[in-house]
Amino acid sequence: MLEIRNLAKSFGGVKATNDVSLDFPDGSLTAVIGPNGAGKSTFFNLITGALRPDSGQVLLDGVDLAGRSPPEIVRHGIGRAFQVASIFKSLTVQETMLAAVSADQRTSAVLHKRFPLPETRGRAEHVMELLGLASKRHRTAATLSHGDQKLLDIALALVLEPKVLLLDEPTAGMGPEERWRMIDKVRELWESQKITVVFIEHDMDIVFKIAPKIVVLCYGRILATGTPDEIRNNSAVIDAYLGTEHAGAAA
Amino acid sequence: MTELEAGRAQTLVPARGGTALRRYRDVLIALIAFAVLASLPLFTGSKALLDFVIRCSAYGLFATSLNLLVGYTGLTSFGHGMFFGLGAYSFGLIMQKLGVPIPIAFVATLAITAMVAAVIGAICVRLKEIYFAFVTLAFQMLIHSTILSWASFTGGDQGLRGGIPRPAFLGIDLSNHVHLYVTSCALLILGLLAMRQIAQSPFGYTLRMIRDNAARASFLGIDVWRAKLTVFVLAALFASMGGMVMALFVSGAYPEFAYWTISGEAIFINMLGGVSTFLGPMVGTVLLLLLNDTVTRFTEYHGIVLGVVILFFALGLRKGLLDFVAEWYAYRRDAGEGR
Repeated sequence: MLEIRNLAKSFGGVKATNDVSLDFPDGSLTAVIGPNGAGKSTFFNLITGALRPDSGQVLLDGVDLAGRSPPEIVRHGIGRAFQVASIFKSLTVQETMLAAVSADQRTSAVLHKRFPLPETRGRAEHVMELLGLASKRHRTAATLSHGDQKLLDIALALVLEPKVLLLDEPTAGMGPEERWRMIDKVRELWESQKITVVFIEHDMDIVFKIAPKIVVLCYGRILATGTPDEIRNNSAVIDAYLGTEHAGAAA
Repeated sequence: MTELEAGRAQTLVPARGGTALRRYRDVLIALIAFAVLASLPLFTGSKALLDFVIRCSAYGLFATSLNLLVGYTGLTSFGHGMFFGLGAYSFGLIMQKLGVPIPIAFVATLAITAMVAAVIGAICVRLKEIYFAFVTLAFQMLIHSTILSWASFTGGDQGLRGGIPRPAFLGIDLSNHVHLYVTSCALLILGLLAMRQIAQSPFGYTLRMIRDNAARASFLGIDVWRAKLTVFVLAALFASMGGMVMALFVSGAYPEFAYWTISGEAIFINMLGGVSTFLGPMVGTVLLLLLNDTVTRFTEYHGIVLGVVILFFALGLRKGLLDFVAEWYAYRRDAGEGR
């Protein structure tokens, strides 16, 4: 279980994350929404170690990870994918996967054997199949389509077999159809892998359709948490973020 | 061989056999190359040709080791020549002052280089691009001026004079020209083989990941600083080996071996030959030395000619010679497959 306790981070006078406390039970699927500048990405950066929190705790199964380095946090089981696909542009899909498994198995400093190590193949193969990248295994990452690059980014996080997977806008920059395909994939992964998934999303239709639980951030604070129906009818959320369209649709 | 080809080869041969096969193939190529080079004295009496190959060995080791940093890790060092100079001076001084057998001096020099590189690397590899380049350059100038000013120990601007003693060991007499030639070739081939192994190991792929996207690599649990420091030290060792071959060849060591221009030459070589293939710097070495030797014969303004050639590669081709060949080959192959 991932527990966030009183997490805070300021940039100058701006409180990007302001006393945020949240629980993400094992195997849950949660969407984080909020207007631009609400502190969604900062929230992810604090959990994964890209930023050091000013105060507060990030507890994964009771171990406080706040302020530790990204490699350490990854090794404890929190993986992430990025808003802009963060991949290795000159490696092929297969090399990327194999090298990531090597990193996870702590063989990334091995000098006397040839890449790839045989014991890395099974996991790499499994995740490539899972994300539908197996047929593109010999494509150099830079030549993949935008959607496939996003999938490769998620594959990179997933191949480390994390307990918690944080997805920063998995559908960013995609067309409407591609969005749905991506989000179905995310849901499918969540169901089949039985991991905790937290994702940031801007498309309200997607969020209300697939997320059992929603967290709304605004100006670094939690504005509301709850099921889609609760969020839809929350007056604070409607005022700050949704407007009346979605509230009307629910009525 | 490009990484693309490597990926392609993987599916053609079964997993376990595949990696072993590729390693044996490299060893086989190395053995053939060594056999060809080592038998050269049987066919030619040309001392100039053998000298040329010895110089290629020294510079080839040095330039290829720089490519581990520049091409594989994305660390552009402007001071890599300090380890070339350090190798030459350490080896020369140990032989002159202590008179130990050559293999011991060789290993001791590598140990000294590793220690110095670990200290300098620990300071430098945290720095980003341009800062890394210039701080490595600063350390090179520090070592160069130390050599110049500590004249009682290093001979100052005169260099290590009086020759380096070369006592025979294991039946190898390095004062014999052919023995020196074959030993240089052996060191070159062994060094290249070891660097090839580093480049194709899991660590080699860690380096490629750091080059492409260091932040992402750290989110996979990789300690980027440690990996960079490791490759910095490893590259220094092979540069030092190149320096030792040079010291044996000229039977001395000179401050120019540690001057910034030697780093510049290694960067030139990498630009000429290309950094996207393992053998690019080796091709660049042969090109640069050939150019150097032929151009200096015709004009004293050889700097201008070399500059024009570099500009042609940098602005015209926008890549090194072997990069160009590899891309052309990949293009042809893809066209052939109808993709």
